[in-house]
Amino acid sequence: MPKKVPTYGGEFDVIVIGAGHAGTEAGLAAARMGAKTLMLTLNMDAVAFMPCNPSLGGPAKGVVVREIDALGGEMGKNIDKTHIQMRLLNTGKGPAVRALRAQADKALYQKEMKNTLENQENLQLRQGLVDELIVEDGVCKGVLLNTGLAYYAKAVIVTTGTFLRGTIIIGDVQYESGPNNMQPSIRLADHLKELGFEMERFKTGTPPRINGNTIDYDKTEIQPGDEEPRAFSFETTKYITDQLPCWLTYTSPETHQIINDNLHRSPMYSGMIKGNGPRYCPSVEDKIVRFHDKPKHQIFLEPEGRNTKEMYVQGLSTSMPEEVQFQMIKSVPGLEKAEMMRPGHAIEYDAIVPTQLWPTLETKRIENLYTAGQINGTSGYEEAGAQGIMAGINAVRKIQGKESVVLDRSDGYIGVLIDDLVTKGVDEPYRLLTSRAEYRLLLRHDNADLRLTEIGYKVGLISEERYERFLRKKEAIEKEKARFQNTIVKPTEALQKMLQEKNSSPMKEAVSAAHLLKRPELHYEDVARFIPSEGPVSPEVQEQVEIQIKYEGYIAKQMEQVERMKKMEEKKIPEDIDYHQITGLATEARYQLSKVRPLSVGQASRVSGVNPSDISILLVYLEQGKLARKKEA
Amino acid sequence: MEFDTIAAISTPVGEGAIAIVRISGEDAISIADRIFCGKESLTEVPTHTIHYGFLEDPKTKERVEEVMVSVLRAPKTFTREDVVEINCHGGVVSVNRVLQLVLREGARLAEPGEFTKRAFLNGRIDLSQAEGVMDLIRAKTDKAMNVALQQVEGRLSHRIRRLRQTLIEAIASVEVNIDYPEYDAESVTLAKLKEQVIDVREEIVQLLRSAREGKILREGIQTAIVGRPNVGKSSLMNSLVQENKAIVTDIPGTTRDVLEEYVNIRGVPLRLVDTAGIRETEDIVEKIGVERSHQVLKEADLVLLVLNSAEELTKEDEALFQAIEGLEAIIVLNKIDLDQKIEEKRIQELAQGRPIIRASLLKDEGIDELEEAISRIFFEQGVETTEMSYVSNARHIGLLEKAKEAIDEALHSTEMEMPVDVVQIDVTRAWELLGEIIGENVHDGLLDQLFSQFCLGK
Repeated sequence: MPKKVPTYGGEFDVIVIGAGHAGTEAGLAAARMGAKTLMLTLNMDAVAFMPCNPSLGGPAKGVVVREIDALGGEMGKNIDKTHIQMRLLNTGKGPAVRALRAQADKALYQKEMKNTLENQENLQLRQGLVDELIVEDGVCKGVLLNTGLAYYAKAVIVTTGTFLRGTIIIGDVQYESGPNNMQPSIRLADHLKELGFEMERFKTGTPPRINGNTIDYDKTEIQPGDEEPRAFSFETTKYITDQLPCWLTYTSPETHQIINDNLHRSPMYSGMIKGNGPRYCPSVEDKIVRFHDKPKHQIFLEPEGRNTKEMYVQGLSTSMPEEVQFQMIKSVPGLEKAEMMRPGHAIEYDAIVPTQLWPTLETKRIENLYTAGQINGTSGYEEAGAQGIMAGINAVRKIQGKESVVLDRSDGYIGVLIDDLVTKGVDEPYRLLTSRAEYRLLLRHDNADLRLTEIGYKVGLISEERYERFLRKKEAIEKEKARFQNTIVKPTEALQKMLQEKNSSPMKEAVSAAHLLKRPELHYEDVARFIPSEGPVSPEVQEQVEIQIKYEGYIAKQMEQVERMKKMEEKKIPEDIDYHQITGLATEARYQLSKVRPLSVGQASRVSGVNPSDISILLVYLEQGKLARKKEA
Repeated sequence: MEFDTIAAISTPVGEGAIAIVRISGEDAISIADRIFCGKESLTEVPTHTIHYGFLEDPKTKERVEEVMVSVLRAPKTFTREDVVEINCHGGVVSVNRVLQLVLREGARLAEPGEFTKRAFLNGRIDLSQAEGVMDLIRAKTDKAMNVALQQVEGRLSHRIRRLRQTLIEAIASVEVNIDYPEYDAESVTLAKLKEQVIDVREEIVQLLRSAREGKILREGIQTAIVGRPNVGKSSLMNSLVQENKAIVTDIPGTTRDVLEEYVNIRGVPLRLVDTAGIRETEDIVEKIGVERSHQVLKEADLVLLVLNSAEELTKEDEALFQAIEGLEAIIVLNKIDLDQKIEEKRIQELAQGRPIIRASLLKDEGIDELEEAISRIFFEQGVETTEMSYVSNARHIGLLEKAKEAIDEALHSTEMEMPVDVVQIDVTRAWELLGEIIGENVHDGLLDQLFSQFCLGK
């Protein structure tokens, strides 16, 4: 077929390919920062679609949702409007690991988000399939649709999710498809390869969905939401109180038998699936093979929304043939009569090797081209959203000739995520876990606003009103903390009585209120009662004061580590450095550093295969260069 | 970690009456001040001044050393950073104690060439002078790696691995509860974590006490010279002492009632325990009694059994062989310049493969061979220089000390009833520090453990 001459479609500042969780954040950030933005989606009914679990947040991920919110993103606000259940997890543990998780009404989540996009100034949303990027002299100038229409832009952000050469696999059946049987994006996958990008093949999977009317709930345990209303966004004021429960059941010995008997039919074991699947997200057949001693596995039944009976069967992710899935489902207590509505399946897709990106998410190979979300090898709605907003911010900053915005590992989980991606690369779909963060006591969900609102405001995504409120909160925290530190409490009878009630040892002498609050069994309100009030203090401020005082020593220790890390981050490496010219660098280090091209010595030290002695040599080399330049001048 | 505070012994080990421990970096003065007892606080004295006083262990309040301390403030110093130089007695033990104290108070042991490197990075040395710096770093690091590799293959690394495994399993159990709060794993209580961590602490303490590498450094190899009267024990001792510039140290504040002779043999510090019996060349078996000789032998890391080859083997000699059964030993056949009467075949049987050195101590023959045999026993591959073996060992001890401290802090947090995930921060730190000893500090190791230990997923 002869190549069509493209038709001129229009000109924009930013084009976003895809309208999933990365695309929506990228598009909204760009438009809100004043860039004329076009968002292209393969399917107008798939805006902000959740192809897998109907939930948002959880440990690490929930912190990310709040971080996105603090930067001025939409995910938190959108889920606050559309959830069917909200829970605060890890309440029995330390403040660093507490996290919110919401069960989403999937359809409503999409509807709300689409509505937000439609009403966003500077933003045009249209359906269209991108075949190619328009690239001239290593600079991305726009996109070409399969219909022959060409759109031009100063920056392009690719957020194709699992659509790139997507393949769905169920048993021995395999067909090209995007998520949920949508049209895959094949030509663009080829095109990215032609442009010279190194791609990898990943795999993920999803469990079957069943009809809730066919579940025998008496055989399951109810899992209700929290009674106390909660929200992700720091702007949310309206809380949803009417919640739906989830349900817990378990696999039975029969389930395990069925799976073992049919293992040869699983594409995972027959060798049909070639992509790397995530270890943290194994299929149920994987779990039963690898942990054959575990007698039963949990199955959570999660509603997909208020106006549907469809239930997500968490724990039964599988790519077994459909007839085996029928048997598996019926072997689970409570699901004996369950009707399957959608089969579980595996999906394979192309992802770009993320070490080909700068920390701004711009590609090193092609200027003004950004990628975000699952195409960068991550998994999860939150991880996608986080990259989306950062790519959006940086694309616009670049167009506007402003300094880029890169979060470091102590700024937020978003910093950890992107640094891991672009520095270390991935060999399985990347999911955030609290254990990936070095400074998790600093990266709490309760202080996400304190950490990032300033940045959100600086880039223009936080309103004046919200910023004012933020400043007031910050001030109130400092004031209240000072009050606790400066007020002395005496061991009065009333106080001793309170201590006794709280199983706390009696006080021997007068101490500061802050000192008393450090006792693990005491909370803000226990101590606050005994010091003169200076007006009402909001619950958020109380929470901050308690955490900051109680964990003071630990926080200070982590801050010290951060300071040390920052010194190395501040040592910049010139972009034109030639590692092959540096005598003394180990061969492996030379290769890896040339590939990743880290921007700072700190980043270089995290590249795999680079040793401390290589870093020493690099430092000396950089210093020599500086001296030589000084001499010339 | 490039510009943290570093410390090292900057004089050759085991030589000279005075040794200097040099500290450089932001915290150099405050670290020194924490262990220094003198007229003034070091933080307040003028720059480029020297002060007399004592070093005191802040934990035990024990006086460790009589010292002279120079305080040199940035930028007019070798590294252009704050520098403190502690002048102390030159003995292996005393200088090591000083270094250990400094490391425990927060300095890091300097890598080879690191002071020079800093001098350069801080602009103290110009370009032409600096050209050799890179070669220096590479060359020294390679040597360090050779030594490190030997140790990686050794027992120490084996035990460290086991400790790390215990820790990582504990950490993963905590992590799984955090990242998968609804997963049906047993939740880790403070009590349980404490139990696991205490076990590891116990082992680290033991390692610090007994690991050969560490012990060599802190105490020298406890060496007993045994043999019948007049076989040449004192000659052997004198030869070793004379050849190796021994430092005779009378350590104050210790309860030891004996003098100890330290000799540095090809990088291996030996502590020749100078009990009255040995010193006076009196028969240890007869005079102190079999009980006592067993006691001395029990504490020895190395036994030098001296035999008179000009006489036939006696019952006492045979008894001594029995007493050293299973011990690291070298058999010294003395007086080979005389007519040989001893039955060498029998000696070889009794030696059970342990080295036999033929010597004439009177004529100064065989000492080289003996020294060679000693160093071969303790550094199987041979160590290039005293400094190298010393450095990598001190590094290990420093890291072990720090790991122990991290665990102590974790235990303290459990006392304070901190949440388990907060306690775990210090446990993870201990795990990382132990990893540095064997060069394994990849954070991903935790994720591997998490996903292999627990069955997680959607």
